[in-house]
Amino acid sequence: MITPTHYMLLSAALFIIGVIGVMVRRNLIIIFMSIELMLNAVNINLVAFSNQLHDAIGQVFAIFVIAVAAAEAAVGLGIILAFYRNKETVNIDEMNLMRW
Amino acid sequence: MRYIWLIPVLPGIGAAINGLVGIRYFSRRTAGLVACAMMTLALGVSAFAFWQMLGLPSEARAFDVVVAQWIPSIPLQTSNGVIGAFQVPWGFRLDPLSGMMILIVTGIGTMIHVYSTAYMAEEPRAGVARFFCYLNLFCFFMLMLVLGSSFPVMFVGWEGVGLCSYLLIGYWYEKKSASDAGKKAFITNRVGDWGFILGIFLIYMTFGTLDFRAIQNAAAAMPVETMHFGVLSFICLLLFVGATGKSAQIPLYVWLPDAMEGPTPVSALIHAATMVTAGVYMLGRNAVLFSHAPQVMTIVAIVGVLTALMAATIGLVQYDIKRVLAYSTVSQLGYMFTAMGVGAFSAGAFHLMTHAFFKALLFLGSGSVIHAMGGEQDMRRMGGLKKYLPVTFVTMMLGTLAIAGIFPFSGFFSKDEILFRAFVANKAVWALAVVAAFMTAFYMFRLMAMTFFGGYRGPAWESAHGHGAHDHDAHAAHDAHGAGHGHGAWHGPHESPSPMTLPLQVLAIGACVAGFVGIPAALGGGNAIEKFLEPSFTPAAVQLKLDATPGGTAEGARSVRLQAYEAAEHEEPHVSRGVELGLMGFSLVVAVCGIMLARKLYVTKPQLSDELADRWAGAHRVLSNKYYVDELYDATVISGTFAAGRSLWAVDRNVVDGVVNGSGWVTIISAWFSGLTDRTVVDGVVNLVGRVCEEGSFWFRRVQTGLVQNYAMLMLFGIFAFVSIYLFMR
Repeated sequence: MITPTHYMLLSAALFIIGVIGVMVRRNLIIIFMSIELMLNAVNINLVAFSNQLHDAIGQVFAIFVIAVAAAEAAVGLGIILAFYRNKETVNIDEMNLMRW
Repeated sequence: MRYIWLIPVLPGIGAAINGLVGIRYFSRRTAGLVACAMMTLALGVSAFAFWQMLGLPSEARAFDVVVAQWIPSIPLQTSNGVIGAFQVPWGFRLDPLSGMMILIVTGIGTMIHVYSTAYMAEEPRAGVARFFCYLNLFCFFMLMLVLGSSFPVMFVGWEGVGLCSYLLIGYWYEKKSASDAGKKAFITNRVGDWGFILGIFLIYMTFGTLDFRAIQNAAAAMPVETMHFGVLSFICLLLFVGATGKSAQIPLYVWLPDAMEGPTPVSALIHAATMVTAGVYMLGRNAVLFSHAPQVMTIVAIVGVLTALMAATIGLVQYDIKRVLAYSTVSQLGYMFTAMGVGAFSAGAFHLMTHAFFKALLFLGSGSVIHAMGGEQDMRRMGGLKKYLPVTFVTMMLGTLAIAGIFPFSGFFSKDEILFRAFVANKAVWALAVVAAFMTAFYMFRLMAMTFFGGYRGPAWESAHGHGAHDHDAHAAHDAHGAGHGHGAWHGPHESPSPMTLPLQVLAIGACVAGFVGIPAALGGGNAIEKFLEPSFTPAAVQLKLDATPGGTAEGARSVRLQAYEAAEHEEPHVSRGVELGLMGFSLVVAVCGIMLARKLYVTKPQLSDELADRWAGAHRVLSNKYYVDELYDATVISGTFAAGRSLWAVDRNVVDGVVNGSGWVTIISAWFSGLTDRTVVDGVVNLVGRVCEEGSFWFRRVQTGLVQNYAMLMLFGIFAFVSIYLFMR
């Protein structure tokens, strides 16, 4: 029997994998993908509770998050592309223009 | 008689024309013509007004005209409410006294204006216009003085004539002595005016009005202050102080001899005939007040007779022809005050009139002599001028006989009236006055002898042209300016042109006949002038008699007092006709003795006078130096004033400047400290803040790595920390 706990564990695992990915990887594309992972972990949570509580609002929220994530992916990939054109790299350590 | 305000205004218009336009545009002739025309018009109006006044009965001979309001009605309030109103109209009054005065001022003024056209002919063009402007302005103020119906109007004239006197004495202002003399006259007069204006204040405090008639009426109702020195006495004393300043009495006479620095016509008009008699006129105008202050009357008489005597003694030894006449004027003014002091107001006014004639004549004659001598004023350098200046000699001789008091010239009647009244009132005053009369006769004939008789002692002249051939030749007549100002050599003494001799002749006729209006009863005359002037000195009596109905008790009391007053006033001195005739004869003998002595010392035996001067060297020196009065004033009053000024200056320099400088120093020092605080404390705080920020940021800015992952890590830790706190603290 799959309980909400299982879903939440899955969601937490996915979220932590995303966070660690953002923290430790140097490639911008990978970091971007890790952010998508965190968003989807949230989506799992929302859908799981929607199912548990018999309330469709959670699923509506999940669809919104997916839509926003799609838009964000477009903008983020645009930024990465522009960066790449300037610096010939997607290494995040090169992105330090805001330092002191 | 509504037009009497025209009398002062006409010369005022002349002064305005000459002053505003004439100085720039008028020729000498035009300026003189304008001034003379205005004076002649004023004389005509005065004569007409006088003639109209003569047509009235003697009680009605007082006419008031209010031209305009000067000071509008101001309510006077005290804690008890409104007590009255103060107002001063431009009011003029024609009565016998002012009628006589306007005739003197306009008559002699006109003569002197005519004389001046010739006397000032060598002056620069603008100077002539300026001179006539001042002269007309003087007549304007003098006429305002004598016609004013209240003290403020009189005071305007009083100050105005003082101003014009100052301007005319200092007419040759480039000359130090002339400008000094002007200042001396002005400042000495200030001392007198101080007394005068205090007197006016006291009058207003006492009577609540400044109108002459109202004051006389109020004063007539007050008791005579025989025993005590009351408010009326103080008023009269203060007024007399004013009179001593204007009329050159002891102790304020010192300015008048110095005033001879002015042109001679000025000396004749202002410093002999008119302005200096203003004090006498003022006393006469307030005769009722003075009648109620017998103690002040005594003071007036004593001061008057002492002035007459002292000035006469100084006049004995002066060599400057004008100075002799100046001291003679002071002396004659002393006579007038003596007359006022012994209660003979009409006699004083009578002498004022006759003196105006003969002294103006003598001054104009001396001006003619000075003119003839090309500016020489020292009588030691004259002599024997009789044959060069026949008209001047004859007219001056008539004037001299008049002033010496020889029968039947005008001075005899007026002086004898004064001597007679003085004899009745006070024998000591009479004796001193007789001595002064003797000296008057002596010094006047000394003047005539030194000037016209004997041999010529003056400088030589170019004889190529012959003597006396230049009668028409108008020379520079600068008094003491030296000869030959402006054109060629001096051609010797010569008779003056006709505009100068004509006034001399007219005034000589006046000096001869003016006395006939006052022939005393003892000589079979009616003493017309005394009867004519009497209402001016007792108008209160006439006025009150009409008012005083025996109804109310206050009114009744007033009329009783009034009758007593009238009785005292009309108490004729009970001296027999024989005594009066004897006194006349005696004074005539005294005058003749003076003349004979002068003749002996200066004509027949001229060396005798020098011997006498040597024998009495000490006395002679004292008299020559005018009793050292100028030196005394220098040493006391003037040095005192200077010392006070210097000490005030020292206070100013040390204390006032010290305070100012001290405050400056305090400011500088406090500003230095303030600057120090600013530099160290304020700037220090600002710099400290900057330094702290700089040092702090040096370390703290290292947080900003610019690496996104660092920020994300910090966020993560933050979230973790807050969530942990939330969980554990819950």
